[in-house]
Amino acid sequence: MEKETGFVGKAEEFLQMFKKGEEFTKELLKENEKLRYRIAQMEESIQRSADEARIKLYENRIGLLEEELNSLKKRFRQVEEENKDFASKYIEVEEENNNLANLYVASYQLHSTLDFSEVLRIVLEIIINLIGAEKFAVLLIDEKTNELVPVSAEGMAVSDAPKVKIGQGRIGSVAKEGESFFSDDLAGAAELNPLEPIVCIPLKIKEHVIGVISIYKLLTQKEGFTNVDYELFNLLAGHAATAIFSSKLYTQSERKLTTIQSFLDLLKEKPRK
Amino acid sequence: MPNILVVEDSPTMRQLISFAIKRIPNSHVIEATDGVDALKKLSSGKVDLILADINMPVMDGLKLVSLVRGNPAYKSIPVIIVTTEGAEEDRKRALSIGANAYLPKPIQTQELIRLVNTYLAH
Repeated sequence: MEKETGFVGKAEEFLQMFKKGEEFTKELLKENEKLRYRIAQMEESIQRSADEARIKLYENRIGLLEEELNSLKKRFRQVEEENKDFASKYIEVEEENNNLANLYVASYQLHSTLDFSEVLRIVLEIIINLIGAEKFAVLLIDEKTNELVPVSAEGMAVSDAPKVKIGQGRIGSVAKEGESFFSDDLAGAAELNPLEPIVCIPLKIKEHVIGVISIYKLLTQKEGFTNVDYELFNLLAGHAATAIFSSKLYTQSERKLTTIQSFLDLLKEKPRK
Repeated sequence: MPNILVVEDSPTMRQLISFAIKRIPNSHVIEATDGVDALKKLSSGKVDLILADINMPVMDGLKLVSLVRGNPAYKSIPVIIVTTEGAEEDRKRALSIGANAYLPKPIQTQELIRLVNTYLAH
């Protein structure tokens, strides 16, 4: 009986111990679960903070790239503007170059000869081909009569061009004042009026007027004057005057020289007889 | 090297056109004073393009164009007319005879160079 009671007591004791062990194991499992949860939370938090750091990094980089892009866009716009500037300057330089070539050729041709009629022909060529006039006349001052006398014309007969007293009418005034005249209406009247040119340019050596160029009609395709036309008019006013004057003097002196030479030859021949 | 024949009786215009043409790289200008002179120059060497005036003594530009177009040896050479005649009927007449382009004077150098380059590229 006693033995039996001792066995039961030990079994109960064992059962108690087992139950405690079970409870302990359960607590351990619970604790383990909590710890796992904590670890998962911590891992998640670490992951989140890593992502945030990466996002921050990316945002910084995006910011920098955007700044760079904006600065590149700005530079691109500047270069584009500079390109436009260069293109327009190039066109201007080209135009200037062409204008200078025109002026050079005109000046070169005017001074290429000392033959009076050749110089007049070159003046006509310049007015027709470079300025684009269809009807015009060149008038020179006759010092004896103080009159402007036509010496050459294009698109009209020389005889149709007027003889004008200095100071008389539009043409005479240009010769007197030495100032160019440009009509507001370049188309001019339908009927040619030799006393009413649309453009009249004095031919001047310094301030001394030797004649005028009187333009009555422009070529159909010539709608108006450009800067180079005014430059050509200036060139004609000066260079054509010098070329005409010097060639006239040269021709006169040549003629005189021939006369003198003939006299000398005559004088040389007489004593022989 | 393109050879360009400039047919012009005016020395001023010949010099001006030659000046402009020389700005085309490697180009070479041959000058003729009228249509007859131009035909002589055509027979004595290779010409890639002709720039011709209309109003010229001895033989005018239109007669030259018709002779060039009628000659199998020259008919493919492009011809550009450079003239003071600015009326539309003159232009039509020149083009109907066989000119490739028509440029009224006073010429714009850029336009002349552009036309020459266009027909040299053909």
